[in-house]
Amino acid sequence: MNRTYELMFIVRPDMTEEDQDKLISTLENAVTASGGQVKNVEKMGKRRLAYTVRKFHDGIYLLLTFEGSGGLVHELERRLRVSEPVIKFLSVRIDEEQKRLDKIKALRDAKRKAAPATPEPAGEAPAVTA
Amino acid sequence: MADETTPTTTTATEAPAPSSERRPPRSSGPGGPREGGPGGRKYFRRKKVCKFCTEKIEAINYKDVRLLAQFVAESGKIVPRRLTGVCTPHQRRLSSAIKQARNIALLPFAGRAG
Repeated sequence: MNRTYELMFIVRPDMTEEDQDKLISTLENAVTASGGQVKNVEKMGKRRLAYTVRKFHDGIYLLLTFEGSGGLVHELERRLRVSEPVIKFLSVRIDEEQKRLDKIKALRDAKRKAAPATPEPAGEAPAVTA
Repeated sequence: MADETTPTTTTATEAPAPSSERRPPRSSGPGGPREGGPGGRKYFRRKKVCKFCTEKIEAINYKDVRLLAQFVAESGKIVPRRLTGVCTPHQRRLSSAIKQARNIALLPFAGRAG
């Protein structure tokens, strides 16, 4: 049973690019090792924190999107907790929300298709009578 | 005694004068829009509609700080529905998104960001 999750985490602002890549690759390995699949990795860059976290005012935001089981999330969170440069993290399940959005989008598309379809028979009807 | 009585009389005479002056504009106030009616609301209030319903914004994501910040007061509090006009299902999603954003330090728990 695979689900899609989004793991956002903040690392120290003084962390180098190499160290970030190293951290990300270890997380990716952990995902693939447990039968998951990494979908996307995004570096959102340095941002000002809304409040101080471990005496830091800034942080580098990283976003990892992956597919996997709940146990995998648990494992990744454990790794983030013990890794020193990570100052905060948040994991969110996104597949159900995505499903809901797709459903709404499909409904809207269907409506849009139905809207131009209705005038067509109306246009045909006079042609038949004429 | 004499000193006490004189101010009371002056205030008594003065008091009706401003009230009578004030009365005509007050009566014309509700008379202008007419929406309030007698004894009802004095001014017309525009009906608020849900921003997410009208603009068809379905995705309320915790990463969208600019959107969420519109529904957070200066103090960092979530603005109640009755002030913003957001409908119940959207307010529910909005509040959970704001709480997630707070958790990851995108929005403050209290006070201004920074």
